[in-house]
Amino acid sequence: MSTEQTYAPGTHPDLPPPSNTIGFVGWVRGNLLNSTTNIVITVLTVYLLYLIIPPLMSWVFLDAVLQADSRDDCRAIAKEAGHPMGACWAFIGKRFELFVYGFYPAAERWRVNIAFFIMLAAFYPVLFDHAPYRKQGLWFALLAPVILVWLLIGGFGLEPVDTDKFGGFLLTLVIGVTGIVVSLPIGIALALGRQSDMPALRIICIGFIEFIRGVPLITLLFVASTMLNYFLPPGTTFDLLLRVLIMVTLFSSAYLAEVVRGGLQAIPKGQTEAADAMGLKYWQSMRLIILPQALKISIPGIVNSFIGLYKDSTLVIIIGLFDPLGMGRASLADTKWQGLSTEIYVFVAIFFFISCFAMARYSLYLEKKLHTGH
Amino acid sequence: MSDTSSNTSLLYRIVNDKEMRSVAIQVITIALLFAFLFYVVRNAMVNLEAIGKGYSFKFLSEASNYDINQTLIEYNSRSPHYRAAMVGILNTLLVAVTGVVIATALGFVLGVLRLSTNWLINRTVYVYIEYVRNVPVLLHILLMHGIVVNTLPVPKNAMNFADGTFFLTNRGFYTPKPLFEPAMWAVFITLFIAVCFAWWFRRYAQKVQDQTGKAYPVFWIGLAAMVLGPTLVYFLAGSPMTFEYAALKGFNFKGGLVIRPEFIALTLALSLYTAAFIAEIVRAGIQAISHGQTEAAYALGIKPGRTMSLVVIPQALRVIIPPLSSQYLNITKNSSLAIAIGYMDIVATIGGISLNQTGREMECMTIVLALYLSFSLMISGFMNWYNKKMKLVER
Repeated sequence: MSTEQTYAPGTHPDLPPPSNTIGFVGWVRGNLLNSTTNIVITVLTVYLLYLIIPPLMSWVFLDAVLQADSRDDCRAIAKEAGHPMGACWAFIGKRFELFVYGFYPAAERWRVNIAFFIMLAAFYPVLFDHAPYRKQGLWFALLAPVILVWLLIGGFGLEPVDTDKFGGFLLTLVIGVTGIVVSLPIGIALALGRQSDMPALRIICIGFIEFIRGVPLITLLFVASTMLNYFLPPGTTFDLLLRVLIMVTLFSSAYLAEVVRGGLQAIPKGQTEAADAMGLKYWQSMRLIILPQALKISIPGIVNSFIGLYKDSTLVIIIGLFDPLGMGRASLADTKWQGLSTEIYVFVAIFFFISCFAMARYSLYLEKKLHTGH
Repeated sequence: MSDTSSNTSLLYRIVNDKEMRSVAIQVITIALLFAFLFYVVRNAMVNLEAIGKGYSFKFLSEASNYDINQTLIEYNSRSPHYRAAMVGILNTLLVAVTGVVIATALGFVLGVLRLSTNWLINRTVYVYIEYVRNVPVLLHILLMHGIVVNTLPVPKNAMNFADGTFFLTNRGFYTPKPLFEPAMWAVFITLFIAVCFAWWFRRYAQKVQDQTGKAYPVFWIGLAAMVLGPTLVYFLAGSPMTFEYAALKGFNFKGGLVIRPEFIALTLALSLYTAAFIAEIVRAGIQAISHGQTEAAYALGIKPGRTMSLVVIPQALRVIIPPLSSQYLNITKNSSLAIAIGYMDIVATIGGISLNQTGREMECMTIVLALYLSFSLMISGFMNWYNKKMKLVER
C-alpha cells in the first residue's frame, strides 16, 4: 500500500460525488425511481407508452404507403413489402390540392398562393415589433384586407370566383383570420359597453353576450344557414360564407368581451381616477391608460379565444361548407379510396395542432415581452 | 347674474353636458335597437306570409314519422314532435352529465399527475394535454367514432365479458337489463331514506365535533346505511329484480340494455377533450396555494391526507370552480356536435329531422336556442351558488 497518501487534517481534496447520483443514472434514480409510488408510476407509464407508441409509429411511418392509385393498390403494395397495411398517405398526396384550395378553379390558384404570402407579410409587422420597416409594414397591414378580398373573390380585372368554391385550408384560414381580426375590436367594444355607466348600453351588451355564450355555435350556424334569409327584405340573397363569417365573428366577440372584461376589472380603480384627475376624457383615458394595461393582462385569454375560434371553424362542415375535414369526407365518397377516414383525421389533426400550438407559443412570447413587473 | 343654462340650446347641452350626452346616447341606442328589431320582425312576417307559413307551434303535436335509435323514454314514429324533442333533451342531458362526471374525474387525475415529480408521467401528460387542446373537438368526435365503429368486432365475434353478461360490439355495448317487480319500490324508498339519514348524520356529526371535538367515522357510517339498508330490504322483499340478458339472434343482439356506439364515441371524445382543459385548471388551482399552507398544516401535526382534504383542496377549489363551471357549460354546448355522428340529441331531433320534415325553421330553432339558454343558465346558476358557498368568508 505504498500509493496510499496521507493528508494533514482538512487538506484532503474533494472526492467526486458517488457515480449513481450524477449523469444519466443519477437523473433516472432521482426523477423516476425515487420512491415506491414513483417506481410504480414509471413502470405503468412505460408500459402504457409501449402499448401506444410502437403501433402508432409503424402505422404512421414504417407500414405507411406513400405512392398508390387506390386503397386496394395501397393494400397490395403493403402485402408485397410483407407488412400489414399502415397509413395510406398516397390518398392525401393525390388529393392534396383539394385539401388546400377546395374547389377553387385550378387556373386561379396562383391568386390564393399570393394572398397567403400577402397575409403573412401583413401579419409579420403586426405581431413582431422588431420587424424591419415596421411602420410601413403596419400601413401595408391596414391595406392588406382590401387586397386579399380582391385577390380571393376577384372582380376589377380578375376572374370572379364564387365563395362556394372556397374550401380546404383556404376556407379554414378565411374563417379563422377574418374572425380573429374582426372579433377583437367588437369584443373590446362589448366589454367597454358592459362596464359602461349608461344602463341602456350595459343591458344591451350583457344581453347580447349572455345569449351568445349560452348557445352552442352549431345552433347559430344553423340559424345562419336556415333562417337568416327570413329576416332580410324579400328577394335578397345573402352569401352563405358571409353569413357564416358574421356568426363566427359575433360568437367569438362575445367570448372575447368576457376575457377583456376580466382584464378591465383587474385594473385598480385608482388608474381611472388618476386619468380623470389629469383631465383625460373617457376615450383618452381608455386608449392611453386603461386598455393597454387591461389587454396586456388578458393576452392569454384572448389567444385562447382565438385558438377556440380557429378550431371551431371545423363546425362549418355540418352546414355544408367544405373545410379540410369536409373535403376529406367528401373525397371518401370516391369508391377508390373508401374507408380511409383515419388518414384524413390524422392529417387534419396535424395541421390544426401545428397552427394552434404556434398561436399558444406566440402568446407565451408576448406575455414574456410585455411583462414589465418584477 | 343671468341664468345661462336656460337659454343655451338643447343641442349645446347634449354636446357639452356629460349627463345630457349620456341620456342622448342611450335614447338613440334604444331607438336604433327597436328600429332594427321592428325591421327584422317585419321582414320575417312579410317573408313568412309570402310562402304561407306563419309562426305557430301547432306542428309539435303532430306525428313525427321518424324513428330514434336511442330513447330513454317511450317513443315511436307515431309519437308527436314534442315527444321527439323530449327524447332529444334527455339524450343531450345524458351525454352532458356522463361527460361531466368522467371529465372531472379524469381531469383531476391528469392535473395532479401533471404536477408529479416523476419526469416521465409529467411529460406524458403534458404531451397528451397539448395534443388534445390543440385539435378541434369535432375531429376528436369523428376520430373516436371511427375507432369505435371500425375497430370493435361485429356482433358475431362480439367481445364477451363475464361469460355472456356483457358484450362489446361495433353496434354497441350490451349489458343485462334490470326488470323491476312492484316490490322493488320498497328498495328504492329505503335507499332514499338511507341517503336522507346519511345527510342528516353528517350534519349531526359536524355539530358534535364542533361542540365536543369527538369525530365520528361519517363516511363509513353513511356508506353502510346506503348499502346495507337497501340490500336488506331487497332480500326481505324476496329479490324483486331479475335481469334480461342480451343474446345473439341472427346478425345482431336482441334484448338487454344497449349503449349505442354513437353515445360511447361522443361521451368518450367530449370527456377526453374537456379533461385536458380541466387538468390545466386543476394544476393552476393547486399551484395557486402557497406552500406555506401545507407546511403550516404539517407544523400543527395534521397528517398529509387530511392536510390535502382540509387545507389545500378547499382553498384550491376556490380558484378551480369558476373556470370549471365554464368547462361544464362547454361540455353541454359541445354535445350539440352529436349531429356529426348521428347521435340523436336536441339539435339532431327537433333542430334536425323535425325541422326538415315540417319546414318550420323559425319555431324549431327558437325551441333549440331557448333550451340551450335555459341549460346554460341552470348550470351557471348552480355553479354560482356552489362558488358562493365555497367562497372565502372575509371579515
